[in-house]
Amino acid sequence: MLVWTRTSRSVLVVLFVVVFGVIVVAPLAVIGLAAVAASWRGVLPGGLTGAHLAAATGGDALASALVSVQTALIASAGSVLLGGWAAFALHGSRGRIRRLADGLLHLPMAVPSVVVGLGLLVAFSHPPLLLNGTRWIVLIAHLVLVLPFSYSTVSAALERADPDIALVAACLGASPARVLLTVRLPLALPALAASAGLALALSMGELGATIMLYPPDWRTLPVGIFAQSDRGALFAASASTVVLLGLTLVGLLALNSVRTRAAER
Amino acid sequence: MRPDAALSARLVVERAGFRLDAGLEADPGEVVALLGPNGAGKSTALRALAGLVPLSSGHVTVEGTDLTTTPTEHRPIGMVFQDYLLFGHMSALDNVAFGPRCQGVGRARARALAADLLDRFGLSDQARLRPRELSGGQAQRVALARALAARPRLLLLDEPLAALDAHTRVAVRSRLRGDLADFDGATVLVTHDPLDAMVLADRVTVIENGAVVQQGRPADIARRPRTAYVARLVGLNLYRGVASGTRVEVRVADGGPVEVTIAERRYGDVFVAFAPRAVALYRERPGGSPRNAWPARIDGVERFGDQVRVHLDGDLPLSADVTPAALAELGLGVGDRIWAGVKAMEIAAYQA
Repeated sequence: MLVWTRTSRSVLVVLFVVVFGVIVVAPLAVIGLAAVAASWRGVLPGGLTGAHLAAATGGDALASALVSVQTALIASAGSVLLGGWAAFALHGSRGRIRRLADGLLHLPMAVPSVVVGLGLLVAFSHPPLLLNGTRWIVLIAHLVLVLPFSYSTVSAALERADPDIALVAACLGASPARVLLTVRLPLALPALAASAGLALALSMGELGATIMLYPPDWRTLPVGIFAQSDRGALFAASASTVVLLGLTLVGLLALNSVRTRAAER
Repeated sequence: MRPDAALSARLVVERAGFRLDAGLEADPGEVVALLGPNGAGKSTALRALAGLVPLSSGHVTVEGTDLTTTPTEHRPIGMVFQDYLLFGHMSALDNVAFGPRCQGVGRARARALAADLLDRFGLSDQARLRPRELSGGQAQRVALARALAARPRLLLLDEPLAALDAHTRVAVRSRLRGDLADFDGATVLVTHDPLDAMVLADRVTVIENGAVVQQGRPADIARRPRTAYVARLVGLNLYRGVASGTRVEVRVADGGPVEVTIAERRYGDVFVAFAPRAVALYRERPGGSPRNAWPARIDGVERFGDQVRVHLDGDLPLSADVTPAALAELGLGVGDRIWAGVKAMEIAAYQA
């Protein structure tokens, strides 16, 4: 803990609780309350209503929510497949090629999402690949943005794994394909689930690139929330945020249960 | 190269700053121990036999079949790695069934084979358990069963007992000896523990700096070390005999049986072992009852660190470590007739 006396430790704990409460818990609580507030002029909301939440789970808002869920699922599945494959393919290799591939795969992590969005917009607004105005450009942006996280999660897990475990299987007569399917992949399952969860959460919350790229028929929930708050509809925005949080949480819990089961085996 | 050898290999592996060049031969059913200090190349030799490390030159022949260029997964080998490396996502049963499955045996039949094998190993209660639920000794035996289930013709064991605590090691070592006796192919085991080599192996190959420095039966190696490393390594007097209570009749190659008194009761075939430093030398026959005393003649004296190692010839050939001062006080020299004494408490005796 670095601090040894009882008093200073208590002071630190109290300080932490206050700061954490003010900057993390309070905004979330306010959003929760605002989502059900009929009006809010004083310290607390003046009356409660379910109208905002009802609006956020129907019509355009519902469509946005579904778009977000589909985008996140596709981006997450794509990034686990691509990032996981890259991690497996590069595992064990060393030298310049490995460093180059590592750098390229981590690049989108270092580049601001606005830059990724602008880059895609400029690159795909003209033939031969005209993707601007289609949902594909949003999906590609999300995939590009979450791929580094999937890759590094799986890659780190493979680095930690005992390199001899694949050799054991080979000594027992397993072909390389069999080693991959029956030993290496099952052992990496917790990491794959973790990377899927991370990709899902990141994609559900992505705004920077999406707002530059989204076509009218593929508006994600964060874009909707931004639009609502931009025109001052704070209660509606709060209600949509609650929906966003709820959907993300459900997805993460589902993946977490996969991970726990895989780790327990 | 003998045509009837179960294993015949010359392993040359060259790496930056390191060269392994070792010849290995084994008869059917024979257990060969590769003994050597860390970095001597014994694990590299084992991996080269498995095809996990490419040979720079040389050959690997198992039961007349040349495997030099055969990929690992097609070699008829069973390998037990140092930390056993059981597949954590499979039950003990599925771990053992893995080898047969790779050979195309159907799932049900592979599992039946594995269950049989685990049963023979006394592990049927553990068949359903995950590796992390097994004790160290159980994991070692599951790993051995997994290697044997693939019906290998060459069994490779990398430090099979190093991952166990000292208490478990004794029991697992003697069981391993029994398991290896049932295997009719050649076994090569790597160890840095001289006791493992003495108990488990029919033949010992000592490797230092990538080269074989000594080969022979364990007893021969123990009696006539050729390098300081081997002498230090086998710093034990080890004999085999038949125990009946606290009395052990030790058979010595040349001469009749010698009686050794031990502290705890044992029965049947046993090993008795004691360290040279446990031996005391006397001018006259010493008194005291739990003490072993054998007449002997001093065969050789050599300095050995800050001790003097006295080689004794007699009914029971043995080495004794004494201080130079003690030797001077007794006024002993080569050829003198003396008595060697060892307290029964100092003698380890265990089932052979």
